[in-house]
Amino acid sequence: MNAKSKTWPLPNAIHPPAHKAQSLREAIRTLPLPERLIIPLTQPGHHDAKLCVQVGDEVLKGQLLARGTVQPESLCHASSSGTVVDIAWLPVPNASGLPELCAVLETDGRDEWHRLPSLDPSTVDAATLLERIAEAGIGGLGGAGYPTAAKLSALREPHTLIINACECEPFITADEALLRERADEVVAGIGVLLRMTEPTRCLIGIEEGKPQALSALRTAVDACNDSRIEIVVVPACYPSGGERQLVYQLTGIEIAAGRYPVEQGILCQNVGTCHAIARAVLHGEALVSRIVTVTGAALQKPGNFEVLIGTPLASLLDVCELDGAKLSRLIQGGPLMGVQLPHADLPVRKTSNCFIATTEGELPTPPPARECIRCGMCSAACPAFLLPQQLYAYARGRDLEQTERHNLWDCIECGACAYVCPSHIPLVQYFRAAKGELSDFHAKQAMAAHSRVRFEFHQARKLEEREQEEQRRRERAALLKQKQDAAAAAGPSAQDAVAAALARVQAKKAAQQQESAAPQPTPQEVIQAALARVNAKKAARKAAERAAQQGEASKPDADDKS
Amino acid sequence: MTLPSSPHGHRGLSVSQVMRLVLLALVPGATALIHFFGWGVLLNLVWLSALAVGFEALVLRMRKLPVAFHLRDCSALLTGILLALALPPTAPWWLGLCGIFFAIVVAKHCYGGLGHNPFNPAMVGYAVLLVAFPLEMTRWSLPLGAVPALPTFWDSLATFFGGEPFFGIDTYTGATLLDSFRQREGAQLVSEFRAASPLSGNFAALGWEWVNLGFLMGGAWLLYKRVIGWHIPAAFLGALALCSAFGWDGGSSSSLGSPLMHLFSGATMLGAFFIATDPVTASTTPRGRLIYGALIGTLVFVLRSFSDYPDGLAFAVLLGNLAVPLIDRYTVPRTFGHSK
Repeated sequence: MNAKSKTWPLPNAIHPPAHKAQSLREAIRTLPLPERLIIPLTQPGHHDAKLCVQVGDEVLKGQLLARGTVQPESLCHASSSGTVVDIAWLPVPNASGLPELCAVLETDGRDEWHRLPSLDPSTVDAATLLERIAEAGIGGLGGAGYPTAAKLSALREPHTLIINACECEPFITADEALLRERADEVVAGIGVLLRMTEPTRCLIGIEEGKPQALSALRTAVDACNDSRIEIVVVPACYPSGGERQLVYQLTGIEIAAGRYPVEQGILCQNVGTCHAIARAVLHGEALVSRIVTVTGAALQKPGNFEVLIGTPLASLLDVCELDGAKLSRLIQGGPLMGVQLPHADLPVRKTSNCFIATTEGELPTPPPARECIRCGMCSAACPAFLLPQQLYAYARGRDLEQTERHNLWDCIECGACAYVCPSHIPLVQYFRAAKGELSDFHAKQAMAAHSRVRFEFHQARKLEEREQEEQRRRERAALLKQKQDAAAAAGPSAQDAVAAALARVQAKKAAQQQESAAPQPTPQEVIQAALARVNAKKAARKAAERAAQQGEASKPDADDKS
Repeated sequence: MTLPSSPHGHRGLSVSQVMRLVLLALVPGATALIHFFGWGVLLNLVWLSALAVGFEALVLRMRKLPVAFHLRDCSALLTGILLALALPPTAPWWLGLCGIFFAIVVAKHCYGGLGHNPFNPAMVGYAVLLVAFPLEMTRWSLPLGAVPALPTFWDSLATFFGGEPFFGIDTYTGATLLDSFRQREGAQLVSEFRAASPLSGNFAALGWEWVNLGFLMGGAWLLYKRVIGWHIPAAFLGALALCSAFGWDGGSSSSLGSPLMHLFSGATMLGAFFIATDPVTASTTPRGRLIYGALIGTLVFVLRSFSDYPDGLAFAVLLGNLAVPLIDRYTVPRTFGHSK
């Protein structure tokens, strides 16, 4: 295992200053139990939840509060025991700034668990383990919080398990602190994943420059004695911890654009998620807490904390002795992909890996943007090998087609381009906006196509109605004429006209039956049928005209007879 | 309330710093130029810098843009300095005025200002002057070593204001080495020419070899600082060396210049590291930059060897600029996760 294994270095990457030491001075701390917890009930990106409790309910720690309403479903649990005093739309840390559905829990101080039975991963089957991971409400703790059970279910023909211990963003040390202190539990979680997926190998990717975490991890891996597990040290660079980037660095495999690693037999999980899996399986604990880095130059005592989900950020900042006068910005996440927060009256959520209370000196406000000088530093930094300067020109010129042709959708919004841009252009902001516009554009296009089909159908129907009206008028006129003729003298021509009319009616009936028998026609089929009917009508009308002509031709005879 | 989007940090290298680093990197080459050609170079530098900044401020004001903010990017100053380094030391004041007007007002701001100009402003200015005032533009003074003493400051000042210096302009001006080399017209072997010409220098061209070494040094420093990429200079110099190696037959009377002579005379190093690398007007893709650099290097060789102009850099760069949209279009790199 100590043999240096092959890595595939990222061709394009940046090397921002790490700022990691400041939050690693002390061991992971805990906070006194907050009086109130504000627990977000929706998973990021979704806006509704099926509630499992009501206001006034007494709940235990780990009790289910809500399920998601869309697939993949995610579950939210009470992070301490107490009373649900409110369920409301409240501000939470997110990029949109929109409130999300939250349960406000008044804690009773007992912190009493409702645990699920613990499982022995060596005896239970994979389906039971999967169910437990879903029940425990585990989502990816490294980034977007995508439900872990859904990711596991999507895995096809697993061959490689990749554990992400890179934590490449500056400032964040939650995973590093976790590895230093609880590497055995992380490895236990990896064991559960190995049991579930049975891959041929398991690669743990960790950035160089984390000696304590690495040695703790080595010890834990050696102890578990599984020859499939291999620790791979990758060069420290950003974004080495991006899923696609890490898969490439460890295996040399480029995940195809628009596809996911799980579709190619590769499962990628963050170390924090592995830890949560171990707690859920071995101890029956739902995901109710996580390790959060609280750091930044505006704090006297930065560090890592094990925090209950729903803990107010303000109380975290208090413990770290925030100097309000120095604070310039509050950021959730790292400086490259994080979200700036409007204030500290927000709860910790499952995806909150880091909070940065920074100062103007540490992360200065960017100066106003200048024009792009096409220097290409952005494309030299882009891990997706895009041309950000071209994408920027097209995005600014609203040339959506060109942004798509230059693969805007492959942008992972890592921020490397804007980090190096000497003109200080907020490139990622332009790309997000352009993606939004592109989505709108495609939605509108689909809508327009739908409307066109409907309009054409409408036109065909109108035409048919006009034809029918015309037909009826003709028939009335013919009948009138027949009556007049019959009054004058009954002839063979009248019988012909009646026969033709009968034939028409029968044809129409047959057509209608055929139509009703057809199983749920698509709009195009309906149009074609309508057009066919119109054609049939035309043919029938021509036949009628011919009949009428014949009738007229025979009329002089009748006149002669009279 | 609006909050800035990620990323929240920055490397710290700004456009102004890039331009200032480039200006700093010009110092060794410019110093060598002043040493070998005297006060005239310095006068050009001062006069054109002032003009460039003045014109830039004027146009920014006319375009109702924040003047101080845009002047701080130092791009106009750099244009002025580059054009000044390319002008002959005997240039009168109005030559610089005319060149800077075309560089800053026409080539830069008429096309939308910094970042939008398709053609290198300094080279547009130079090309206009070369076409309009061929006599003044080809009257290079002779380097120290070919003349016993450089013109005094007052002589240079008099020339600058259009007057004849005391002992006649022809005593210290003449064709450059590249010029006289081409004009030997098959009459001399290269070795004979080099032995006879007072402009031969140690290995390439008197004075110019040191000027080029100076610019090469500055360019190498810019590469080390990662202000410029290696693609354009490497392709430029590589193509020039390769072409001249093909044209070099070992020194017969009909031989074209040797690679060494081409690399270290005229505006080669200035062009390779400071002019062709102007990011605004160069190709932006890595492969495109190789093609762009090689195109300019080849054109420099062709123009030097077969045209009537003493040095071909300005036209080579402008032709290269012209090809950039096409090059960019066909050299888009493969995106991660895409097959080519």
